[in-house]
Amino acid sequence: MSGQNQIKSPLGRARGLGSARTGVDSWIRLRVTAVANILLAVWFVWFVKESVGMSHADFVAMLAQPINAIAMILLVIWMFFHASMGCREIVEDYVHHEGIKIFKLVGMYLFFFAVGLACIFSVLKIAL
Amino acid sequence: MSAVTKQKSKRPLSPHLQVYRPQMTSVLSILHRLSGVALSLGLVMFAWWLLAAAYGPEAYRTFTDFAGSNIGMLFFFGWSAAFYFHFASGIRHLIWDSGRLFNIKHAYGAGYFVLFFTILMLALTWGGIFYYR
Repeated sequence: MSGQNQIKSPLGRARGLGSARTGVDSWIRLRVTAVANILLAVWFVWFVKESVGMSHADFVAMLAQPINAIAMILLVIWMFFHASMGCREIVEDYVHHEGIKIFKLVGMYLFFFAVGLACIFSVLKIAL
Repeated sequence: MSAVTKQKSKRPLSPHLQVYRPQMTSVLSILHRLSGVALSLGLVMFAWWLLAAAYGPEAYRTFTDFAGSNIGMLFFFGWSAAFYFHFASGIRHLIWDSGRLFNIKHAYGAGYFVLFFTILMLALTWGGIFYYR
């Protein structure tokens, strides 16, 4: 690997590793989920405010209302996507060791997917 | 590869964060990322909340007992601070993405507004929680 790289010119090494042509896409996705989260954050603050001090039965009844269940599931989807993409950007910016970077990226992907799925399942179980 | 890395390490580096005086713009930018990471870690607690509700009254009780404890409230204070800050700071970033508020005066003004908003919302939230408790 290293011997091959030394023979290659800098341009030759860079070829094929350059822009994956997906940068704009992830940039836009982060912003779109951000806008979605602005609206849902307002609902979320209201929802948490209402739920403080509530009994389990009252809380479940409130979350089971279709509008609240839908809002919560949308919040989970967009918030976890947003968090996942944001953390990925930070790791890509600051973690330079390739092995650790991939380890972290894979770990984060699994973490956000699993925890997000647990949240959606919980809301569905309560609401349905 | 290794030869290139060795050569690189001897070269002087361009000035980075540590040589600059902290500025509103740079500090808030770092805080935006930090608060984002903090919120992401806090998603575990968010999931516990929903899972506990799905499991039943006892599990939900365990969660609310924790949330009302000193450690729990300290955690939720931190999470709410990160939440309000990231919310306002995120809107500031979206406005920048649209090409507006880029001059120093407006960037600072919006920065102060973000801090003001965060403190105001924290005061309202926790004032309300302690008032109605």
